[in-house]
Amino acid sequence: MLLFSKILRVGLATEPLGPGDEGVVHLVREVDARSRALFGRALAVREVDAGSCNGCEIEITGLTSPVYDSERFGIHFVASPRHADLLLVTGPVTRNMEVPLKKTYDATPAPKLVVAVGDCARTCGVFKGSYAVAGSVDQVIPVNVFVDGCPPEPADILRGILTALQRPLRA
Amino acid sequence: MGTVTGWLLEIAQTALALGLAPGVVGIIRWMKARLQNRRGAPWWQPYRELRKLFSKEVIVSPNASWLFRAAPSVVFASAVAVTLLIPVLAVPLPFDAVGDLIVVVYLLLLGTFFLALAGLDPGSAFGGMGASREMTVAALAEPTIALAIFALALRAGSTNLGQIVARTMADPGAALSPGHLLAFGALFVVALAETGRLPVDNPATHLELTMIHEAMVLEYSGRYLALIEWAAALKLLVFLSLLANLFVPWGVAVTLTPAALALALLCLLAKVVVLAAVIAVFETRVAKLRLFRVPELLSVSFVLALLAITSSFLSR
Amino acid sequence: MPSVLLLLMVGGYGAGAVLALPRRSGGAARALTAAGAMLGAGAGLALALQVLATGAPFTLALPRLLSLAGGVALRLDALGAFFLAVVSLVAFPAALYGASYSRVYEGRRSLPLLGVMLNLFLVTMSLVPLADNVLTFVAVWEGMSLTSYFLVITESDEPETVRAGNWYLAMTQFGLAFLLAAFLLLAAGGSTAFDALRGGAPSLSPALRSLVFVLALVGFGSKAGLIPLHVWLPLAHPAAPSHVSALMSGVMIKMGVYGLLRVGLDLLGGGPAWWGGLVLAVGAISALLGVLYALMEHDLKRLLAYHSVENIGIIFIGLGAGFMFQSYGLGALAVLAFVGGLYHTVNHACFKGLLFLGAGGVLHATGSRNMEELGGLIKRMPRTAFFFLVGAASISALPPLNGFVSEWLVFQALLGGAAIPRPEVAVLMPFAVGMLALTSGLAAACFVKAFGITFLGIARSAEAEHAHEVPRSMQAGMAVLALGCVTLGLGAFVMVPALGTVLAGLGGMPAGAVAFTLRLPLPVTGAYGQMSPALLFLGLLLLLGAIPLALRLAGATRALRVSDTWGCGRIVQTPRMQYTATAFAEPLRRVFAALYRPSEDLSIDFHPQSRYFVQSIEYRTHILPWFERYLYEPVLAWVKVWAARARAVQSGSVHAYLSYLVGALVLLLGLLVGWGQ
Repeated sequence: MLLFSKILRVGLATEPLGPGDEGVVHLVREVDARSRALFGRALAVREVDAGSCNGCEIEITGLTSPVYDSERFGIHFVASPRHADLLLVTGPVTRNMEVPLKKTYDATPAPKLVVAVGDCARTCGVFKGSYAVAGSVDQVIPVNVFVDGCPPEPADILRGILTALQRPLRA
Repeated sequence: MGTVTGWLLEIAQTALALGLAPGVVGIIRWMKARLQNRRGAPWWQPYRELRKLFSKEVIVSPNASWLFRAAPSVVFASAVAVTLLIPVLAVPLPFDAVGDLIVVVYLLLLGTFFLALAGLDPGSAFGGMGASREMTVAALAEPTIALAIFALALRAGSTNLGQIVARTMADPGAALSPGHLLAFGALFVVALAETGRLPVDNPATHLELTMIHEAMVLEYSGRYLALIEWAAALKLLVFLSLLANLFVPWGVAVTLTPAALALALLCLLAKVVVLAAVIAVFETRVAKLRLFRVPELLSVSFVLALLAITSSFLSR
Repeated sequence: MPSVLLLLMVGGYGAGAVLALPRRSGGAARALTAAGAMLGAGAGLALALQVLATGAPFTLALPRLLSLAGGVALRLDALGAFFLAVVSLVAFPAALYGASYSRVYEGRRSLPLLGVMLNLFLVTMSLVPLADNVLTFVAVWEGMSLTSYFLVITESDEPETVRAGNWYLAMTQFGLAFLLAAFLLLAAGGSTAFDALRGGAPSLSPALRSLVFVLALVGFGSKAGLIPLHVWLPLAHPAAPSHVSALMSGVMIKMGVYGLLRVGLDLLGGGPAWWGGLVLAVGAISALLGVLYALMEHDLKRLLAYHSVENIGIIFIGLGAGFMFQSYGLGALAVLAFVGGLYHTVNHACFKGLLFLGAGGVLHATGSRNMEELGGLIKRMPRTAFFFLVGAASISALPPLNGFVSEWLVFQALLGGAAIPRPEVAVLMPFAVGMLALTSGLAAACFVKAFGITFLGIARSAEAEHAHEVPRSMQAGMAVLALGCVTLGLGAFVMVPALGTVLAGLGGMPAGAVAFTLRLPLPVTGAYGQMSPALLFLGLLLLLGAIPLALRLAGATRALRVSDTWGCGRIVQTPRMQYTATAFAEPLRRVFAALYRPSEDLSIDFHPQSRYFVQSIEYRTHILPWFERYLYEPVLAWVKVWAARARAVQSGSVHAYLSYLVGALVLLLGLLVGWGQ
């Protein structure tokens, strides 16, 4: 009963999503109108860790928390790329994860989108030039949106996904 | 009741159930979201998800056979067949003589059987694991369901659903008898187990090692996935309707006038929403049981059902 | 006309036996053997159907044959005709199947023996329901047991087969001893014709009648494979050639059901309620334990053999309930229960025969019965896989196939148990219902495992990868039985009244208690509910067809792409990454660990230079064989002790033997003198 009284006391904890800083979200490949219409209200996301330090992962788990609540935009996370529409990729693509990342992309049914999260995903970040890194995510699979930050805020990640869908950033 | 009207009503009732089913899942999700202090998606979100899935391509493994492609249709067909046999809005209906409660239970087993086979077909480890666990839970839930049916049939003198509903409506006092309440408790636990809700299975989990139902469908995509998700939602609605209409049947139409049907619809919606709220609160409160604790939970429900029958026997 | 059919039946089987004798190889010899058997089966089926249709029993007496022991007497009434129909129904496709299957034995000395013994087995088994006196019955019963023994040890070069044959022979003789005792006690020194037994039974004391019933239950139960007399089943059925396994599992064990009905219901005319209770309890325990042991098997044929134990248990649940209702005078419910049991008899014959033929097809194509080495066969043997799937769905009691209809009838009969006037007895019915439901759920789980691991996924060995579809006559045999499974499910509205007439008059059953109706729904007198398997089938078919149509109309996209199985992005997939049969059954092994008492052996070979690298891992798991270890081994040990002591008589000394002869002679002379006075 303590649980339910606490729930009632706290109420709604979700914060409205504002516009955010410029230059954090980069739209690299436009998404065609048909896919935008299809995924506009219901988007299934599969998260792929292509060798990241898990900093971005912790921010991504914040997406489903009550404060950022990705579900209010119709975004939910799924357990298999077969169920997914959008791949959320983090990390510089390490050599070991290059083939699995490609396989994950192949395993996703068309039409599909890719959002790469974090500095490592766009420029390999601090791991640039390492012997263990194969290249940025764009060199392995076609990316639609990059979200900068090390790690980016959950709100920026949300804005990145919504930019891919070209949805207005209302609360 | 004219046969043509009866047939039309059956089809309309099933179409209504098909239409409502994703909404029930949506309501439970919305309520859980609010109980987690977040806004959540609106209750019509599952409809959007289904519509999107029908436009996605299907990916099939080269190891899979025709069974992989046929299974979603079989699962969906068995769920719709069950919906045609249960009293959703009105009793008695023409299809009441086609199948009784035992037929309903085994039709659901038909769907589970083919879904488990489809999990084994692509040759993935997850599918095998899901199939193995799903069949274990289904097998262990069978005796409880059978005994709950026995308890209800004993009271009503028939296993046909129309009779059971009619009998309970005629005898309101019996609804509060210990046999009735115990049978309700047993069936509620079984409903949670069969539809893959907490504490037996978490429908929103991503950890394959904790999955039961989800593990079998990891390989499905596009319209096949949509059919399976819809069938799962329909199964949930079937169990909720059975719990509502067999134990609290007031509101179910006995004549086919528009007024009675409208009242039946309102009562059904009210009962389903109440049960959905109970499930949402329950899921927020409990944690998922470890897989090898689930048989203990199912034995508790079995004992409840056994007590229900004993009390029915003693009270005759 | 019936005598002509009988002659044709015996002649057909006889011709098949004779034609198998010359050691010719080639398809012609095998085809002739099969043709003889098929002719015999067809004639047998016609004879049975004629008796069932006209309702007039067919009698044939040959008193001059073996006249010293009472002569041979044959009589085919409705009950016998039903069982004869069951035998012929499975014999026909099994013989058809055997025509190609026995090619494996070509060139070996066992092929002519196989053909001869198969036909002799079929003819003696067909004559069991016809026997009308004790001599005939025992003669054909022993003939059936001995010929099947020779069939079991067809592959006698395997030590496992010889051991199986020994167990089988011992158990048949054990059963025979009890049967003989039961019949002789029933005859009580008078005539041994069944008519005389039937007439004389009411005048026997209740204690004697109960003793006869229990002896008959043990004797016929050992043939049927009830727990704890079932140990020969999982040994003998896998050892025999597959079409023989189909016959043994499908029809031979049903002769135990026939015997119990004949003695308990017909000759004795029913008895006190505890008879039914005993049969019900033994049936329920057999059903549950049978399926639990089947779950742990990964040998395809041993799994099917344990499932036979389970289904015999279900049949005996129906029979036990019938006996109980009859003792309380609830005629309509008794008919319902017996009808459920008999319907399950013919259904089990159909789908178990089909499953064994399918397993034989797998064995034929891959050379292995071990599920852990199979997989992916659905793509290499699509038709065998389809037929096996029909059999698996039937045995799991999935609507609208035949297994579901008979289980529904048994459930309804048990639900009717609430009408029993004694509440302390009636409260046992819910337990039986619970056990039956658990059994059927576990059977479904077991067949997902059996079909899924064997046919689905990726091949786990080279033999499975190179499997090929079976020859056409084997496919035809399976097709006939698969069609039978579907028709028996849809034709419930014909079968139930027909089975009601089979039972009419036996032991005071009300005649024609179950009304014949052309309406598709199945209103069964005394039953709690109604259902219509035919409409269910139609409905499911319509829905299955409507779904793709609806999707197309709704404009769902038809795009399809082939891509690797999702495995979390792993680079390569080997067959070892799939689930195994042992792993599939592991949750249930844990749940029922109190029964199984599983023990595990794990041995790990490390790399000689470092314990961090593993070269190979071997994992074995065993379950405790309760009956073999705690019932049979002590008995066998005791027998060995006394046999060793008895061996002292065979001292090897001629003087001792001569004194034995003289002593025996003196004793006999003394007895003769004493009796003469």
